[in-house]
Amino acid sequence: MMSNPLPAKGPLLSRTGWSAFIVALIVVCAVAPALNLLVPKDSLFHLSDYGVALVGKIMCYAICALAMDLIWGYTGILSLGHGVFFALGGYAMGMYLMRQIGLEGNYKSNLPDFMVFLDWKTLPWHWTFSDSFVATLFLVVAVPGLVAFVFGYFAFRSRIKGVYFSIITQAMTFAAMLLFFRNETGFGGNNGFTDFKRILNIPIATPSMRMLLFVMTGVTLLAFFLLARWLVAAKFGRVLQAVRDAETRVMFSGYSPLGYKLTIWTISAMMCGVAGALYVPQVGIINPSEMSPANSIEIAIWAAVGGRASLIGPIVGAFIVNGAKSWLTVAYPEFWLYFLGALFIGVTLFLPDGVVGLIRKLKGNKA
Amino acid sequence: MTPDLLEEGARRARAHALKTGHGKTESGGRAAGFSRLHTPGEVDVTHGRILYLEDVSVSFDGFKAINKLSLDIAPGELRCIIGPNGAGKTTMMDIITGKTRPDEGRVYFGSTIDLLRYTEPEIAQLGIGRKFQKPTVFEQLTVFENLELALKTNKAVTASLFFRLDSTQSDRLLEVLHTIHLTGNASAQAGTLSHGQKQWLEIGMLLMQDPKLLLLDEPVAGMTDEETERTAELFLSLKGKHSLMVVEHDMSFINTISDIVTVLCEGAVLAQGTLAQVQADERVIEVYLGR
Repeated sequence: MMSNPLPAKGPLLSRTGWSAFIVALIVVCAVAPALNLLVPKDSLFHLSDYGVALVGKIMCYAICALAMDLIWGYTGILSLGHGVFFALGGYAMGMYLMRQIGLEGNYKSNLPDFMVFLDWKTLPWHWTFSDSFVATLFLVVAVPGLVAFVFGYFAFRSRIKGVYFSIITQAMTFAAMLLFFRNETGFGGNNGFTDFKRILNIPIATPSMRMLLFVMTGVTLLAFFLLARWLVAAKFGRVLQAVRDAETRVMFSGYSPLGYKLTIWTISAMMCGVAGALYVPQVGIINPSEMSPANSIEIAIWAAVGGRASLIGPIVGAFIVNGAKSWLTVAYPEFWLYFLGALFIGVTLFLPDGVVGLIRKLKGNKA
Repeated sequence: MTPDLLEEGARRARAHALKTGHGKTESGGRAAGFSRLHTPGEVDVTHGRILYLEDVSVSFDGFKAINKLSLDIAPGELRCIIGPNGAGKTTMMDIITGKTRPDEGRVYFGSTIDLLRYTEPEIAQLGIGRKFQKPTVFEQLTVFENLELALKTNKAVTASLFFRLDSTQSDRLLEVLHTIHLTGNASAQAGTLSHGQKQWLEIGMLLMQDPKLLLLDEPVAGMTDEETERTAELFLSLKGKHSLMVVEHDMSFINTISDIVTVLCEGAVLAQGTLAQVQADERVIEVYLGR
């Protein structure tokens, strides 16, 4: 009689994992709002508005890093164009916020200011749904998803891999940036969208609205973490890792890699779109520079620093790199890019599994 | 036509079938070929052949890697393929599994499935498994996960999202783990296995696919003598249930397992027969030893 040596299927998260998850949820939903809104400003425990804005922004970046991890860390496809999906989600939300300005713009017109400036009389066709919040929520996911699907279908079907794929994604984000820079495409040219006043007819610049957006971003990040966890814990996730390690073996085992790559690529792009939509109302501006090639590369750096192929790694990486960025760009603004470059080289050479990989290694050595 | 005439006809047909021996064949008593409904996806081996290659040619930049190659394999057969380097052995496997498209010729799986119309994953699902020359396993996954991925099941994206191993499947997995002597390593990362163990794991993954035809490219390369011996035992036990095509250079291994050996040279069949026969063949000696 054979004993059963098969490893049991693990739960979605371990007990400590769930505890940490609940703690994070409480911090985001209760502790942070209380420290910001209820604790008096001169108290040591007060969370400043600057802090809320900064952490809120970094949580948006963390969603992107998580999305990057799914496609790069797990599937082995390095995208250097995820900034496009982030910006598309941001633009979809930005269009709605522009329409919410109503007659309060500089020109007191029903049309957004930049259209009046261009002497346009009616809304262009692609602004049709910008008045509806529900449609905007749909577009935030659907537009990046559709662009990713079409782009991915042709790229993966042609079996474009490795560095070639990275290069064409980089070209894609650059092309999109040039397109959005043009005034006649109807996205506000190089100024983009800004001066937002309201969301759902509620003023946007109040502390409580800022806090609400912060909480929503945090909850979204945690929800996406669970979604990603579910995806990679399923057999689906193991097929992705198999594609990364030996794609031909995957094909000769009867799996068509196209469907798997396309699915995770599209999901990843949609997550970035949502991150962009949460980002825009918090920072109050979206312009084509979000699509600059460097932005997309930064997303990859966050994931690399934190540690690929672990889901918590990229989130940690986004916090470390952007925390350092917000301090360094104030203290030594001219050194930031050198620091970023050095960090990327250092991590690639010495920490292939990132910070999380290092911690695991240290723990493993002790045990 | 009256009922008694019909009955008389039926009686004569039964008597004829008995006389000609139909009813005892592998095809379950159906006369081969005529008026038999073909089920899509089913491998039709009623003609006694599971794989046909007919006048297949392929050239890379003017070099004819395969030159009018014709070869066929019977169901349950274990066929060994030998030949000097560059004889086209691996290219032939590439053609059968859909990795390389031939310039001309026909490749059929059974009598009805034209393999040239299918992609690599589809061919794998039809029931052709392949082991590569260099052991190819998923290094970052455990032995268990490697086998689970290879398991014959619905391999679409949605099916994989909600897949759970049922008890029959885990029994099968245990059985294969036992067969490939990796029961104790089920939770080990495949990347940590020895070269020979990786070869075994890859063979195990093929078994999980439950293929009708196995193509094995140098399965005992880098194995110890003991491992080689166990591999020979395994292949002999598979013979009859599966068809196997084994490319190998190890002559003593071939001697242990082979019935019929096919010698490939310059992309075509040079000789075919038992190992002793082909080893005595003048042309084979010439190719192997030079003029």
